[in-house]
Amino acid sequence: MIATLSNKRRSRLPGILEHASGDKRFKILEAHMKKHQFKQDALIEVLHKAQELFGYLEDDLLLFVAHKLKLPASRVYGVATFYHFFTLKPHGLHTCIVCMGTACYVKGADKVLAAVEANAKIKAGETTPDKQLSLLTARCIGACGIAPAVVYDGVVTPRQTPESALEHLKGWLGDDHR
Amino acid sequence: MIIDDLVEIAERERASQKKYLVRCCMAAGCMSSNSKGVKEGLEKAVKEAGLAEEVEVRGVGCMRLCCQGPLVQIDSKAESEGATVRLETRGQGPLYLKVKPEDAPSLIGSIKGGPTSVGRGDPNHPFFTGQKPIVLANSGYVNPERIECYIAAEGYQGLHDVLREMTPKEVIDTMIKSGLRGRGGAGYPTGLKWATVAKTANPQKYVICNADEGDPGAFMDRSVLESDPHSVLEGMAVAAYAVGANQGFIYVRAEYPLAISRLQTAIRQAKQYGLLGSGVFESPFNFNIDLRIGAGAFVCGEETALMASVEGKRGAPRPRPPFPAESGLWNCPTLINNVETFANVPPIIRKGADWFASIGTEKSKGTKVFALAGKITNTGLIEVPMGTPLRHIVETMGGGAPDGGKIKAVQTGGPSGGCIPAEALDTPVDYDSLNKLGSIMGSGGMIVMDEGTRMVDVARFFMEFCMDESCGKCVPCRAGTVQMHHLLDKILQRKATARDLAKLEELCDMVRHDSLCGLGQTAPNPVLSTLRFFRKEYADLLVEDTFGPNAREVKQADKLPAGLT
Repeated sequence: MIATLSNKRRSRLPGILEHASGDKRFKILEAHMKKHQFKQDALIEVLHKAQELFGYLEDDLLLFVAHKLKLPASRVYGVATFYHFFTLKPHGLHTCIVCMGTACYVKGADKVLAAVEANAKIKAGETTPDKQLSLLTARCIGACGIAPAVVYDGVVTPRQTPESALEHLKGWLGDDHR
Repeated sequence: MIIDDLVEIAERERASQKKYLVRCCMAAGCMSSNSKGVKEGLEKAVKEAGLAEEVEVRGVGCMRLCCQGPLVQIDSKAESEGATVRLETRGQGPLYLKVKPEDAPSLIGSIKGGPTSVGRGDPNHPFFTGQKPIVLANSGYVNPERIECYIAAEGYQGLHDVLREMTPKEVIDTMIKSGLRGRGGAGYPTGLKWATVAKTANPQKYVICNADEGDPGAFMDRSVLESDPHSVLEGMAVAAYAVGANQGFIYVRAEYPLAISRLQTAIRQAKQYGLLGSGVFESPFNFNIDLRIGAGAFVCGEETALMASVEGKRGAPRPRPPFPAESGLWNCPTLINNVETFANVPPIIRKGADWFASIGTEKSKGTKVFALAGKITNTGLIEVPMGTPLRHIVETMGGGAPDGGKIKAVQTGGPSGGCIPAEALDTPVDYDSLNKLGSIMGSGGMIVMDEGTRMVDVARFFMEFCMDESCGKCVPCRAGTVQMHHLLDKILQRKATARDLAKLEELCDMVRHDSLCGLGQTAPNPVLSTLRFFRKEYADLLVEDTFGPNAREVKQADKLPAGLT
């Protein structure tokens, strides 16, 4: 993957830059890089912003960042794949993050996750085929006092059980999942 | 900003104190139970009752008892008019649990003697009275989003005294004398670390605050950052003055959005008041703090990996020495301390090294914040003096296992720590006693497990964690954790034999001694400690050896008819 990115880089770059000039989000991203004076050590901050704007980090976006920060594409790709927070695939419309920290685990987060997996027919880290729901796990969201916690679309919800989790997801999953 | 301005702000803030103070917890735990709605409801109710002159509703940091959130406590000023709510008397007002927004009018009504049906907590429960707050002294009282509130609680006075009255050497001597040890887990003496960085000749030095609290089950640093961000900033500024740094970084997890936003607010306010930036307190001392947001890698809690991440690279650790104190961020001397360590600094400066050294045990001074969670009645945040017996923490303060269950073990130190069995609950909690039990103090996560928890399952859980989080740089950790996880899986599936268990132990030893960084070196700890105290649970899952050299001997001797041998 790294090799493909760098081999085609020269030919792909003009197209990306042309595309970027028409997209407002690239402008915002570039302004953000400018705020960091195009410093190479701000790469992680820039990728955070990019993911916030685009939802995920596609190849063209990574090449754009690499070009602007004057970094090798391999370095940008390496950083983007190293950290769990960055995703190279688009997420579904809704996200459900099950916290799998120790406190949540001993209080039955594994059962909550298993129930959601069985119901949505996807594994953790996957998105349903109809792009409705992405199921993710977190290492610990620091909400151990209210374990087990699940984050539905950014809202931390305390003391979940398999039943309450499925109840929450009802509206998000298509009819074929009932 | 000079000291007169600081005193004036503090006095103005204290004078504006109203007769009743309604404190509403606005830390992440309670926020997820809609404490924001509760606070808005309370403010509205105060207005409607026409009590705006008498009652202040204040959003505060963590009020400790997270499992019963959202928490609201109503304190009243001491009877004599004009006196401020003093440290000794505050926190004694009625404490309300699990408050809902619609309860607000009745709570406000209760100030004037009205009835309320909201569940009450007991502020005199050992959970509260057993605590000795130093790091969390402001947590639950100060509004984390207003610097004036922190200044009124004697904030930034320590920084002023340091800059105006102490030499860097005196500051370091104070830290050494206080006996403060790193709160990130390893327990390296903080004063010595500062002294090492101060000794280096490089003109460019850095101070980094490690807020990459990756241990699952630990939320102390998050709570400190959310509840009292200024104490961390002040501690960093004191450290920077002592070691001669002018730039600081706080590396905080992206999973803590509330902590990030409160830190940003705090840094902005401190800069506005001239407490950070160039010419702090109109002295020649300059100090800037930048935030660095992590991106979800546990290994970045390791100091060399964290520095790589601050530089915008993959968070892979590198061999030490050279230690960061000599060659760290961009090859400059770098001081790296944990959030809680920095938060301990302002109280030490304010109250003196002797006061701090009088708390705790001989080798572990001061207090430690623990995040009490798992199968325990009172989950939440506690701060206790070092040397407090574990039994006191989990049984007296924590209230033991819920629903009449029995505590089986207490896990400390996250994936790098171990499980302490119920028989050893009388161990005093300090660095050395926990090390002796094969666990570590760690950053302070304390997960209580009851009879329903299977220890082999717990060991596998942590091994899976380490396997996922291994950065892949060194082979022992990258390959070893995978193999150990595989063996634990095999044991749980009842397919493993005694030889597999022996192999697991051998692997633990290898990974422990040969890995590059702390992640790999401590990855076997959960397995080793559960093997040490709960070996029977492993043995019960083993099956008989049906093949291999040893098995064959036994079998042949047993099965072959006597005539054939």
